[in-house]
Amino acid sequence: MNIRIWGCRGSLAAPGPKTMRYGGNTSCVEVRAEAGGIVILDAGTGIRELGLTELPQRIHLLLTHFHLDHIEGLGFFAPVWRPETELHVWGPPSPTRSLEARVARYFSPPLFPRHLAELPCRLRFHDVPVEEWELEGLRICAAPVTHPGPTLGYRLRENDRALAYIPDHEPALGAPMEELPGEWISGWELAAEADLLLHDGQFTEEEYPSRIGWGHSSVAHAVSFAARAEARRLLLFHHDPSRTDDQLEELLARARELGDRDVELAYDGAGLAV
Amino acid sequence: MPQKNLVLIIAREFASLIATPMLVADGDGNLVFFNEPAEDILGRTFSESAEMPASRWGELFTVHDLEGKPLSLEQMPAGIALREGRPVHGPIQITSLEGVRRELEVTAFPLFAHPDEQVGIIAIFWERGRVE
Repeated sequence: MNIRIWGCRGSLAAPGPKTMRYGGNTSCVEVRAEAGGIVILDAGTGIRELGLTELPQRIHLLLTHFHLDHIEGLGFFAPVWRPETELHVWGPPSPTRSLEARVARYFSPPLFPRHLAELPCRLRFHDVPVEEWELEGLRICAAPVTHPGPTLGYRLRENDRALAYIPDHEPALGAPMEELPGEWISGWELAAEADLLLHDGQFTEEEYPSRIGWGHSSVAHAVSFAARAEARRLLLFHHDPSRTDDQLEELLARARELGDRDVELAYDGAGLAV
Repeated sequence: MPQKNLVLIIAREFASLIATPMLVADGDGNLVFFNEPAEDILGRTFSESAEMPASRWGELFTVHDLEGKPLSLEQMPAGIALREGRPVHGPIQITSLEGVRRELEVTAFPLFAHPDEQVGIIAIFWERGRVE
């Protein structure tokens, strides 16, 4: 499969001269199966530019959760304004409100000028299944992960290759990752031996103690998690909006000090083969 | 081992951080964790006993009502919470591996990941004292 990153900034879009190299758009990743089908992970601001490219009429959008940085681009995704588009939205189940109701909460005044029901495209909402399922030739697993509110991580497989996408994740919350058996670590099975792991690396080690419980990882936790899961390659994701390009590169250098795994920084526009 | 449900992961971490004796079982009744304060009551550390299916709980402790009548797993608060998916609170006597019998109140309640998916239970022990 081929992936393209359209947004990897966390929490808030951060355009500007100090974020030119790694980009300022919030979470959005395009995954193209070898068979040609497309699956989109999250609908942060990065999805706007993706919507300007050539896309099939049937599109699957997999949402990890409903924090604004993961859905705020949806109204600006050009295909939703075309009647021929068939958009399947997948997301975490909730005991209280349907997936459609939770998306509509954002997609309605006063947060957005139009109502979800006014979209001309054909919208279908699906709670993710408990078991692995298939979309466009990709085998997909979703599982809840540690982050405030119902939040998913995803694992996508094609042939013998696996991509794990866990952009908002705090596996170290109260959990000594180095000591626990893998099955007791949030997200471990999703990332196990993945060829590529896109993982939250929002905070520095110095910042994390004052942000415990916010739902994100320090770079050290991201490296530890990747090591415990034996992921082959780690792409640090969900960059803090206040982080400049130079500071991100310092973070990368620290990640490389901490582990012997192949680790890189995600950046807007990056294309990777998995 | 398959991935534990996130609700169980959070429950275990909660249990590991509080000073009240507590055990966590999964939806099949496997005892998947008990904390250090519970180790004092059960007479064995969690690392010694590891995970344990419901059929083997009796190897770790025995339970009686306040009149001394033995209680099966199905009659214990934890067993009721597991089987019937409802909260239970009541007094019991528990005898540890070391033979120490204690009188406790137990609060047991089910853990639901979704309204129709019970993934386990938590049982909290409130110690009333040793039975001489």
